[in-house]
Amino acid sequence: MANVLVFTETNDGKVKPVTLEILGKLTGNTADVAVIGDLAADQVQILAQYGAANVHKLKGAGLEKYSPEGYSNALSSFIKSKNYDYVFAGATSTGKDLIPRLAAVFGAGCASDCTNFIFEGGAFAGTRPLFAGKCLAKVELTGPKPHFVTVRPNALGMPAAPTAGAGAAADVAADAGQIRAAIKEIIKAASTKVDLTEANIIVSGGRAMKNAENFKILNDLADVIGATVGASRAAVDSGFAPHAMQVGQTGKTVSPSLYIACGISGAIQHLAGMRTSKVIVAINTDPDAPIFTKADYGIVGDLFQVVPVLTEEFKKLLGK
Amino acid sequence: MNIFVCVKQVPDTETKVTPNADGSFIETSSIKWIMNPYDEFAVEQALLIKQANPAANVTVVRVGSVKDTEALRTAMAMGADDGILVEAGDNLDSFSIAKALKGAIDKSGKSADLVFAGKQAIDDDCLQVPQILAQMLNLPSVAVVVGFELTGSTVKAKREVEGGALEVYEVATPCVIACNKGLNTPRYASLPGIMKAKKKPLAQHSLADVGVSDADRRVKYSGFRLPPEKPAGKKFDATDAAKQRDVVAQVVGLLRTEAKII
Repeated sequence: MANVLVFTETNDGKVKPVTLEILGKLTGNTADVAVIGDLAADQVQILAQYGAANVHKLKGAGLEKYSPEGYSNALSSFIKSKNYDYVFAGATSTGKDLIPRLAAVFGAGCASDCTNFIFEGGAFAGTRPLFAGKCLAKVELTGPKPHFVTVRPNALGMPAAPTAGAGAAADVAADAGQIRAAIKEIIKAASTKVDLTEANIIVSGGRAMKNAENFKILNDLADVIGATVGASRAAVDSGFAPHAMQVGQTGKTVSPSLYIACGISGAIQHLAGMRTSKVIVAINTDPDAPIFTKADYGIVGDLFQVVPVLTEEFKKLLGK
Repeated sequence: MNIFVCVKQVPDTETKVTPNADGSFIETSSIKWIMNPYDEFAVEQALLIKQANPAANVTVVRVGSVKDTEALRTAMAMGADDGILVEAGDNLDSFSIAKALKGAIDKSGKSADLVFAGKQAIDDDCLQVPQILAQMLNLPSVAVVVGFELTGSTVKAKREVEGGALEVYEVATPCVIACNKGLNTPRYASLPGIMKAKKKPLAQHSLADVGVSDADRRVKYSGFRLPPEKPAGKKFDATDAAKQRDVVAQVVGLLRTEAKII
């Protein structure tokens, strides 16, 4: 039985779902949660439901905004005051930036972007994709403790029947220390949709979209089913979509419940980035396109005709 | 001004990856190696600074096997002044690589004003080395950078986060910058550049030379395997406009009744 700390982030004051996925998987171990800043009582309650023993709210000057050094200084001091075997976090933008730096403070190792894990005789044994998911490997940690792990959002899934913990919340005075790289400004994204890496449904367009304006039909579909819109490398390199939307080996690796590929042929580097999606729908005029080898439901046809009909049918189904 | 650029050599993105016989790594014999695509943005950014500051020196550093030095030669052909190769196996973990990079920078005798790297290598996809290296060098870092401006000794760096939002950082040099696609358009190596690169100094060290041993390994990999193949899916013909609606309605129905996804 391991003594574990889970670092959680919040979005609009709500705990990110990946934290609950991690807590669910940690059943049988002692799991505390640390958050930077405040957390409302209802959120503490949710963490308790999923197994959190203690919820530590780290508060102090310089922690209002994320900074790699401020967060790392505050968390490392807190972790040093405790006796954790493992520190977990979501493999989010912040998690992926912060946790390797934090691990290095301890001279400790970090297993990145794990899609599953178990404890074998008390020791962490994870699974993680490499080469953008073209292969999988077992990952283990060695050397000084605590050991650090980041977990890919949507990969573990929500626990069906979580074991509750005490969820005792307390404030911890934290020191951000010296912050040399600080955020001066945040430029909001044009889209307010959830990020591709956390999206439950993704609608992606490829080279066959022909231009940026045509992405409107994907946006219309996405609005109906609550999806985030993505793009293939071919579409990004042709200037139809920004790189932030790219799915694939030099873009984002995603694992939504539903992935709808529109006019994407299915280059090996694209398939690598989306093959772990639970259900894949592909729309393509070429019946021999490689994307159909990975699709649960393949529709051979012109996306400009099929997508608008798909949008209407989803509307009917969802009563919109 | 001393600029270091960390590069890695990785299998080409079109490579079909096959685990080796004992599952300890992948089969590397028939792989075409390229410079990690994200590192190209790092090299380009360093060269852009050199263009504006001719006195700047750009050193490209790589930790990896000697059998192919494609990445280093490419970076020097693009315009980097010199290179450092730390000989190592292909399956080193991020901590060891970061420590070797730090060792190589220290051993060069130059103090780094800027360290650039790609945001992640597309082989192990760890996204760790720049941050670990920054911590080891006791420098600030900004990762996943899509915008970079250097004014005097002040860096303004735009970091891309979830959903495409940008965090704008201000940081004084020295610092570590991990580059993302979109930062710039990497140049191609010119033929004269390729010829010149052959004569540029390339220092070679062993891992031991830069103070790295097996004891520095923190992450162990084993059991490399292909992901499970999905069973073949269902395919529908919607090329006939008259049947399109029926076909699409059928798929939407299956997403609810069979896949239970919507």
